[in-house]
Amino acid sequence: MSNAVKEALDIQPLVTGGKSVRDVTEDILRPVEAFPTSLWWKAFLLVLTITVIDLGIIGYLMWEGLYILGINNPVAWGFFIVNFVFWIGIGHAGTLISAVLYLFRQEWRTGINRAAEAMTIFAVLTAASNLIIHIGRPWVGFWLFPYPNERGPLWVNFRSPLIWDTFAVSTYLTISLVFWYIGLIPDIAAVRDRSKGEMKRKIYDILSLGWVGSNKAWSHLEMVAMILAALSTPLVLSVHTIVSFDFAVSILPGWHTTIFPPYFVAGAIFSGFAMVVTLMVIAREVFNLKDYITMKHLENMNKVIMVTGLIVGLAYSTEFFMAWYSGNEYEGFAFVNRAFGPYGWAYFIMFSCNVFSPQVFWWKKLRTNIPVMFVISIIVNIGMWFERYVIVMTTHADFLPSSWDMYIPTVYDFMMLIGTFGIFFTLFLLFCRIMPVIAIAEVKTVMPSKDGGHH
Amino acid sequence: MYKPHKEQFHSFQETSSGVFGLFDSPAEIIAAATKTKEKNYTGFDCFTPYPVHGLDDAMGVPRSGLPWVTFFLGLFGCTVGFGMQYLTHKFDWPLNISGKNLNAWFAYIPITFEFTIFMAGVGTAAAMFFLTGLPKINRKILHPDITTDKFALWIPSSSKGYKEDEVVSFIKGLGGKNVEVVK
Repeated sequence: MSNAVKEALDIQPLVTGGKSVRDVTEDILRPVEAFPTSLWWKAFLLVLTITVIDLGIIGYLMWEGLYILGINNPVAWGFFIVNFVFWIGIGHAGTLISAVLYLFRQEWRTGINRAAEAMTIFAVLTAASNLIIHIGRPWVGFWLFPYPNERGPLWVNFRSPLIWDTFAVSTYLTISLVFWYIGLIPDIAAVRDRSKGEMKRKIYDILSLGWVGSNKAWSHLEMVAMILAALSTPLVLSVHTIVSFDFAVSILPGWHTTIFPPYFVAGAIFSGFAMVVTLMVIAREVFNLKDYITMKHLENMNKVIMVTGLIVGLAYSTEFFMAWYSGNEYEGFAFVNRAFGPYGWAYFIMFSCNVFSPQVFWWKKLRTNIPVMFVISIIVNIGMWFERYVIVMTTHADFLPSSWDMYIPTVYDFMMLIGTFGIFFTLFLLFCRIMPVIAIAEVKTVMPSKDGGHH
Repeated sequence: MYKPHKEQFHSFQETSSGVFGLFDSPAEIIAAATKTKEKNYTGFDCFTPYPVHGLDDAMGVPRSGLPWVTFFLGLFGCTVGFGMQYLTHKFDWPLNISGKNLNAWFAYIPITFEFTIFMAGVGTAAAMFFLTGLPKINRKILHPDITTDKFALWIPSSSKGYKEDEVVSFIKGLGGKNVEVVK
């Protein structure tokens, strides 16, 4: 596209500041090559402390048993499943940015896809840890996998949503890791070639697997990236659909609804994009990457947040409508109780955070305002955590009034929740230090100076 | 009908001796590759910091055949995934759940799907590692700037019609800088 056409269509460059190809490598690798700043150390020590405390609590929980949590008979799942669904949802935005936008040839993804993919992996690990702890006896967690055993023909039940989860989450984690690492190989090779210390060079040599940038290798690497994007796109939809089946294939009022799969997927994109905005706003400030993560990137993400916010709003309304329209009194009660019952405050938080707050992005002035989008992205994540909270906790009253009970989380529930953030941010900060946080090779392919190759 | 061709599975051939020259822009390396191909040097390669579109055509490298690997491994994953569940629940460990058919295949779809994706994705990545000669540590690096902003043309000594002096002057004639003989 010529410059005149770009100007006429008001197309903004994806890399600002008149950077050369060499500048891209130098700017992006600066945090990896320089000694960490005091800000990084402070943030890292804070989240590491939270993680260590969390690990201690997990140990205590294993020692004492699950009774120290607030779970009871009607609400048998508690905070862990809320955290699990929340973190899996966060992970999905990474895959959507790297895979779906790749397939749609959205070049603006190049600035943010690496960090978003890393976010996916760390979020899935955090989610999986919640799932493993939640089974109560994590040391026998491998029973969830089909494997040859000596107890006769004893197999897992492949019709159980728990086993579907096992397969979905482990496949998702593996494919995301492969996709992420394959994209990283050329960039790690750049770190290797620039590093001065012998030890550092050796480590990055091993990590780069001996990449030298041969065009014959690029030809295969690009093809693999496209295939993995094409495989990840249905995969990411399937994973959250399967997560929603945990609820939807039950017969509990409020859970047994066919809208759950699309509604969960939309919610996942919504919360995931909000988390990407939170992280990107911080990363571009801390690592001085404003020329690579431009306002255009952030604005596009805010548009996605606004649209998906409307979709979840529609889903909330549809649930209510269907509960009334079905004429099923248990279903009707479940929803009225959800909005106006003892957990009505949570429903109110969920609705206002998720449906009303992103509407400020209709105004360009607000969706291009850093403090506004930072606050909204955090509000959205709070709202999305509460969405899962509302779904799980409001089953405290089902068919039989004799089994009704309130769910009261204990201090351990809250500490485990905070701990998940500790684990996630510890991993993310480490990643920012040792790996290029922006996909260098991919950014170079969308720069104005790449002329010479045709598309 | 599309058929997999052997050429589509071109692999990175590591060569330890030859001549290389550096170029500054994608346009220059594409022009250089075109001329090298015309000159009938075989087994030559270009090293670039990012994928340069158009270089494949210039070098005569065909489109990667990896989608074939994906297709067949996906099919394999699908069969194994479904077969595992069917054989287990129908024969090895039949469980009567509310009188449902032992082959209640609707419930097998999620795992079949995940298994298909798993085999296809991991298998394709493994095939790529095989074809690109990864992993191999301590590989010879021609010039550290190749992963930053330089484009290298490499003509190995195993090329047809390779004569060191001729190749050096040929690359210099193409506008290559920093032309070096590697032995």
